[in-house]
Amino acid sequence: MALSLAEVEHVALLARLTLSENEKELFAQQLGAILEYVDKLKELPTDDIEPLSHILPIYNVFREDHCRPSPPREETMANAPLVEDGQYRVPRII
Amino acid sequence: MELYELTVHQLVNLLDKGEINPREIVDSFLNRIQAVESKVKAFLTLDEDRAREEANQACRQAGGLLRGIPYGLKDLFCTRGMRTTCASRMLEDFVPPYDATVVNRLSQAGGVLVGKLNMDEFAMGSSTEHSAFFATHNPWDLQRVPGGSSGGSAAAVAAGEVPFSLGSDTGGSIRQPASFCGVVGLRPTYGRVSRWGVVAFASSLDQVGVLSKDVRDSALVMNLIAGYDPLDSTSVNLEVPDYTVFLDKGIKGMKIAYPREHFGPGIQEDVKETVSEALKWFEENGAVVEEVSLPHSEYALPAYYLVATAEASTNLARFDGVRFGLRDEGAENIIELFSQSRANGFGAEVKRRIMLGTYALSSGYYDAYYLKALKVRRLIWEDFQKVFGDYDLIVSPTTPTTAFKLGEKLGDPLTEYMTDILTVPVNMAGLPGISIPCGFAGGLPVGMQIIGKAFAEGTILQAAHAFEQGKGLRNQKPPLGVN
Repeated sequence: MALSLAEVEHVALLARLTLSENEKELFAQQLGAILEYVDKLKELPTDDIEPLSHILPIYNVFREDHCRPSPPREETMANAPLVEDGQYRVPRII
Repeated sequence: MELYELTVHQLVNLLDKGEINPREIVDSFLNRIQAVESKVKAFLTLDEDRAREEANQACRQAGGLLRGIPYGLKDLFCTRGMRTTCASRMLEDFVPPYDATVVNRLSQAGGVLVGKLNMDEFAMGSSTEHSAFFATHNPWDLQRVPGGSSGGSAAAVAAGEVPFSLGSDTGGSIRQPASFCGVVGLRPTYGRVSRWGVVAFASSLDQVGVLSKDVRDSALVMNLIAGYDPLDSTSVNLEVPDYTVFLDKGIKGMKIAYPREHFGPGIQEDVKETVSEALKWFEENGAVVEEVSLPHSEYALPAYYLVATAEASTNLARFDGVRFGLRDEGAENIIELFSQSRANGFGAEVKRRIMLGTYALSSGYYDAYYLKALKVRRLIWEDFQKVFGDYDLIVSPTTPTTAFKLGEKLGDPLTEYMTDILTVPVNMAGLPGISIPCGFAGGLPVGMQIIGKAFAEGTILQAAHAFEQGKGLRNQKPPLGVN
């Protein structure tokens, strides 16, 4: 079953994605079909199953808190589309 | 025999004997690229000057194993000074300020980076048609896809443009194109190879691996790239064996399982037959081959598409038009800047997956979709654990069909997702798997998948090498209509 356009718009806002009207229609259909397919998982009883987020027995990895050199600022900012006075420029937020 | 037709170990051998020099090797491959690239279209970025310069350097100094041997990288490995696009408009002009750890390691061994290879945008896809720039063609049949997402990496090796390449495998993205293009593709265990400097798709599933012309080359390259990296806290601090030691141990007494679910309906008949023939070979040569069940197999794909897209939706949140990547110049506020930049920078498949992942993680749906998928993931992992209690390896076809036609599955995402049905269980369980050529069906390569226990890449390579040598199926060459 297709998602409603309102649902698609809500998810697009959460994902910070502007969608055209055509894309909204298309994704409503396609996501609906994919969700219908993944609903297959509901066949499986999983109440007593622990979720498995990754397979390594690693939970937290700590390192010594030592200062290390960083790459130069100009290099790390060289890919930024808009920079001013060594800082990223964005539209006014507040 | 031209140099571009040789494997890495054959080139190393000739270098050791002093019969060739790095310049001759690099020239041979660059000439080959000139001859076939207009048909195959594997490269997004080709830097011949850099390759020649590195070859000259390799001529001057004694170096590591790869001194003067060229290679290519899927275009999601960060390369200092060479753009890394992920085949996306979003990163069309992104030039990383550093090298990925695996790139560093290959450079230190004397490898010559020739260029960056095409892929599905941000590694999302199974055909390389989701590249924002152009599609890559399968060297065995130019009307067909090379598979994906590491399609450029597989096609370039198959076409003799590079002797090996690196790719990444989140749901089959090394093994599936290797299968379609008739090359060897190894996805190591989750955590075996550093991912530092590799653009992330789904962090609990991604792993870096090798595409090569034969199994020995996979072992050689694994020797160079595997191992702990303090910069990647998901890399595992476990000793790395010399993988070449396993190659000639043979398969006598090895216990091989084949899951009945992976030979069922939906698998192309002649693919099934070709892989069954291979299983017969293992049996005739001293392995114990038995049928087993992986009962939750059919749930792996739906669970995978929830886990992978959920992780992708968070990983790709970094593309916001501020620090790097495409930026919408007309945006008047910050939300518009994010939303418009992402709308302009991402292609349809990436948007679709971000939407699906965001939905699966959103309030009210998290338990029903994401958490449910993680629980099913444990069931899939347990299926494998049970079989590996009794067996050394699991064998199946790599893909349900041989390479499909360009355009055939575009517009129907679910049908394209189905092509990953035999490879995603391995990623969900974090296991190593290889695809090796095991014959042809209708003139197209068929891949056999060999899955091993966690960190048992050596056992996989051992069986793969025995089969490859026994059947004489190494370094097969597509015609391509040029000499």
